[in-house]
Amino acid sequence: MTVLNVPHSTPDPAVPVVRIAAVDKTFVSDHARVTTALQGIDLEIRRGEFVSLIGPSGCGKSTLLRLIGDLVAPTAGRVLVNDKSANRARRDRDYGIVFQAPVLFDWRSVEDNVKLPLELMGYDAARRTARAREMLELVELGDFLHHHPYQLSGGMQQRVAIARALAFEPSILLMDEPFGALDEMTRERMNQEVQRIWERTGITVVFVTHSIPEAVFLSSRVVVMSSRPGRITDVVEIDLPRPRDVATREQRRYFELVTAVREALRRGGADAVVADELGGEPGTFGGSIDRAAVEGGIG
Amino acid sequence: MTSAAAASPGRATGTTGLAGRWMGRIWYYLPAVTVFAAAIGTWELAVRNIDLRGLPIPAPSAILTALVDNWSNGRWPLAKAAEATLFEAVGGLAIGTVLGVAIALLTARFATAREVLVPLAIGASAVPIIAFAPLMNNWFGVLSPLSKMMIVAVLVFFPVVVNVTRGLTQVEPSALELMRSYAASEWTILRALRLPNALPYFFTALKIGTTLSLIGAIVGEYFGGTSDVLGRVVVQSASALRFDVSWAAIVLAAIAGIALYLVTVAIERAVIPWHASVRSLEP
Repeated sequence: MTVLNVPHSTPDPAVPVVRIAAVDKTFVSDHARVTTALQGIDLEIRRGEFVSLIGPSGCGKSTLLRLIGDLVAPTAGRVLVNDKSANRARRDRDYGIVFQAPVLFDWRSVEDNVKLPLELMGYDAARRTARAREMLELVELGDFLHHHPYQLSGGMQQRVAIARALAFEPSILLMDEPFGALDEMTRERMNQEVQRIWERTGITVVFVTHSIPEAVFLSSRVVVMSSRPGRITDVVEIDLPRPRDVATREQRRYFELVTAVREALRRGGADAVVADELGGEPGTFGGSIDRAAVEGGIG
Repeated sequence: MTSAAAASPGRATGTTGLAGRWMGRIWYYLPAVTVFAAAIGTWELAVRNIDLRGLPIPAPSAILTALVDNWSNGRWPLAKAAEATLFEAVGGLAIGTVLGVAIALLTARFATAREVLVPLAIGASAVPIIAFAPLMNNWFGVLSPLSKMMIVAVLVFFPVVVNVTRGLTQVEPSALELMRSYAASEWTILRALRLPNALPYFFTALKIGTTLSLIGAIVGEYFGGTSDVLGRVVVQSASALRFDVSWAAIVLAAIAGIALYLVTVAIERAVIPWHASVRSLEP
């Protein structure tokens, strides 16, 4: 169990985990309409950082996350993960990912869901069991090994998804609006939990969110994006002391940072936000992979 | 955590014990059984008390008598006929299902195959394929059970192709992304994601198939074949005005159909207990 023993240290600026340089991403829709999801993205993420991507719908923050994960390819520019191509990093299983939906397999028990990546990566049975149980303990679901996903609440399902993402000890955790579907109370509790896991594992987290309080509470840096085309308009350093807890949310500094992020978002184009909420989210990958699934099938 | 308390395992185990569950089951089925019994009773009374001259409907009791008398002897040995028809139906169901799943795997694997075959399959499943029955009898030998099996197979084939293809391809997009994040091969994605995902669709197709299989077998028999099958028994006994025997054969066909369906449902429950359609089948 190496991952839990890595002490969480201050981010080492010498070792960027993610390097994104001059990245553009355009999608071509069915009617040959070109949507520019991302334009001129430059971003470096240091080891052990907790970076949130925040912005209005359609700003391409989910696409940016998927570029890091090599789930979409950039149209232009370069994405390096752990000093290699994003594709190489994906093949090396350098990251775990958590989506807005838990994406648990109904036909597997909670424990077997966490074991899924371990099976695919050739862990032997004893190690799979040990790892899965350890991870479920970490997310405080040790008593639910043999339950099926449908027997758990939304928050618990998402914790299983987090356990699954961490099971194979990736160095990066990608989270795509993981708590967007949860109620506010559960969400705050999950934030606390994610912070605890982050501090214990020292993992680098890239976290996509709509929620300003969530981004401020969790992050070491908040990357503010604007839409049409998606660009990084601001980066807000979050200097709140750790560990953060309920009291953190009542500190003046917390409110100042929330305000700073909100104003950065507004400067990025609040008018665009309204237009985008109406127009859907062409920048996200949902539609595209759907099409890829239809075109590619299981081939 | 509170969320842990909110999702206690109570939902899975149910609120009552075994005895309670049986009581629940009885209460669940009681209305249906009562209505069925009442319908049979009304039928019996109507035939006995109302003059139905010119409308040759035998009473349920007469049908039962015909069933018992002709079970294993006489001109129309019903048990043997039912066995032969069930053999054709199950054989055809097996052929159609295996071929259907094979084609579904191909269509799910290759985009070109899918673009060509799926519209054809959807179109073909709207065609009254039973019209091909005389041709099948001609091609595969009117006296051979294979000719009936092929009719059944063609009937079963299309719903299997359409449903299983759907199950293999309509996978949650983020589940595919998850598998890609693990750098899983297409084969692994098929095994770990698409096949389990397709199982509920497969069982839906199989349940449609069981119904179609007996229809196919019996209608195929109407167009000719050996006399020891349910379809021939219905045709011949009806032309001999032994309607009690015809009805007995129909009752046997119904029982065979229901039995096939229940066997399929039992397998489904055993194989995919996690699926919502099975979970909601209470009690």
